[in-house]
Amino acid sequence: MSYALELKDLRKNFGKTEIIRGANLAVNTGERVAIIGPNGAGKSTLFNLISGRFGPTSGEILLNGQRIENKTPYEINRLGLSRSFQITNIFPKLSVFENLRCAVLWSSGYKYTFMKFLSDTKDANDLAMKYMEMIRLDKKRDLLAMNLTYAEQRALEIGITIAGGSNVILLDEPTSGMSKSETTRFISLIKQVTVGKTLLTVEHDMGVVFGLADKIAVVVYGEVIAYDTPEAVRSNHRVQEAYLGSPVAEAQVGEH
Amino acid sequence: MSSYKFKPYNVGRWVIWSLFAIVLICAPLVFISNLSGTILAQMGIAIIACLSYNILLGQGGMLSFGHAVYTGLGSFVAIHALNTVTAGNANIPVTLIPLVGGLAGIGFAVLLGYVTTKKAGTPFAMITLGVAELVFAMSLMFSEFFGGEAGISGNRVVGQSVWGITFGPQIQIYYLIAIYTFICVALMYAFTQTPLGRILNAVRDNPERVEFIGYNTQRVRYFAFIIAGFFAGISGGLGALNFEIVTAEVVGAGRSGGYLLFTFLGGATFFFGPIIGGILMVLAFVLLSEFTKAWLLYLGLLFLIMVIYAPGGIASLIMMNLRVASFGKLKQIWVSYLALFVTSLVTLVGAGAMIEMIYHLQLNSTLGDTLIFMGVTLNAKGVDSWFGSLFIMLTGLGLFEAVRRQFLMEWGDIQVEIEKEIKRREAA
Repeated sequence: MSYALELKDLRKNFGKTEIIRGANLAVNTGERVAIIGPNGAGKSTLFNLISGRFGPTSGEILLNGQRIENKTPYEINRLGLSRSFQITNIFPKLSVFENLRCAVLWSSGYKYTFMKFLSDTKDANDLAMKYMEMIRLDKKRDLLAMNLTYAEQRALEIGITIAGGSNVILLDEPTSGMSKSETTRFISLIKQVTVGKTLLTVEHDMGVVFGLADKIAVVVYGEVIAYDTPEAVRSNHRVQEAYLGSPVAEAQVGEH
Repeated sequence: MSSYKFKPYNVGRWVIWSLFAIVLICAPLVFISNLSGTILAQMGIAIIACLSYNILLGQGGMLSFGHAVYTGLGSFVAIHALNTVTAGNANIPVTLIPLVGGLAGIGFAVLLGYVTTKKAGTPFAMITLGVAELVFAMSLMFSEFFGGEAGISGNRVVGQSVWGITFGPQIQIYYLIAIYTFICVALMYAFTQTPLGRILNAVRDNPERVEFIGYNTQRVRYFAFIIAGFFAGISGGLGALNFEIVTAEVVGAGRSGGYLLFTFLGGATFFFGPIIGGILMVLAFVLLSEFTKAWLLYLGLLFLIMVIYAPGGIASLIMMNLRVASFGKLKQIWVSYLALFVTSLVTLVGAGAMIEMIYHLQLNSTLGDTLIFMGVTLNAKGVDSWFGSLFIMLTGLGLFEAVRRQFLMEWGDIQVEIEKEIKRREAA
């Protein structure tokens, strides 16, 4: 059986600088993986490589056993991988409903058609409504996305990401910029909407990491130095040295 | 604007489309002079052209500087088709000649649009400019197709008349154009309600994100470009029938600029904006240019003012005021509107007098120093006239600024009141 997502000796250089230096990772279907690491370790670059935003310098990326490292973002998305962005990346001048409907159109099979009215695409509309209720924005259906609050925009960002029905989901710091209470609510939302899916998330908040993840991948200087269950990672010597040992992180864990 | 309605059908929509049809049918019965006949026909053509341009600008965020390439080449192919029919080498009814233009529009959009839509944003704009220059340069080289300086002329009275309709009289060609206008406007509106139309909006708003929900943005732009090319070609074909002559200027930069300017003036953010733009375009080109030699200057000034103060165009001004009216607040502000109107008119009179005097000095100085402006005799070399005009303009400008500040305050208050009202209704 192949992994949901596998990285094999992945490398990425920007000019002469090596950002990703031989990353290896194998994620089983249905696992929730948190990717942690210090600032500048290459977590976001890793996501950009997997989702096709950048092409890697060398190495392989396999999605359900199929190589995707030379594919464009939309091809990768059609193969069942979807991502969110650290900086909110939605369609500001479309309504909440239209945002979600755009996200389900391709996977519902409507492609580039202009021979059908949107009001007749019942399956896409129902699906968009379902996701709108799931992210609890059904009361804001016709509001333009740019008029939502920050937390609502973050929820919409997640909604657009999952609405396409992909089974591998990458979330890039989904809770960044949120207050504590918002974060707690948001994590339970993420858990709810990603049931049965393979989830990779970049996260800084250690409380969130230990609350959400089945496994943790620690990225330091462009390499995955540890990939294991939270308990094992916590007691891993190299990880403690590189990242976790700080009193700040310990305090965060205690709070959740 | 548009949303997924659960009602079986939308009454308001039926009313609006019926009214549109009635206006198209009745317009030549109300405006019966010869001049208004040609103006109305040109308006229909301009409406289709501006709406097709807005598929790019307003719906797709593609700033094209070369839309006249597709209307113009549509015109040329249509007039050649007409001449082929006249020569007896083909059998196409005159009513379908505009469709030939439309097919030509598709063909050229498929060919040239493939290069153009490879990029978005500024590179897209640059490429359209390049393509427009290329086609215009070719129009001077290939005189067999473009007819050189004289252009290509044709005769639309050809083939058998059906029920006595020969398309000779202007009124008959008007109704042909009106039918095409109605159908094209309806089809272009329908396009905004389709999956491709909506994804095109998404590409306009955030192309990067669209790539991550499964769509190839380049292909979305390309398909939209071809559809815009089709309607542009139809508009060009109607133009060929209407004027019975096509010259190289129809593919020129001036024409492309006109589409951009008037689509923007009408309002690119609303579907009906370019309809207003098309009507204004014909009024400006036909009527304003008769009134004054300085019409392009006035047009430029208007464009500048609109870009700075009302970037949503006339359509957005209408929609904003409809919103205010729907909350019953228009009565609070109409005095300010009246004051704005009067003071801007005063400013315009002063400025207009000076502009006309300058133009008179530059162009008509052989006719003497005096000119008549709005019933007043001005001396273009007299201190009195200049001083008077300047005084009127500055007075108008000063009053206008004072009124404008007052207006902005009132407008702000009204918006706050409306927000409160909305909150109150939500809570209730």
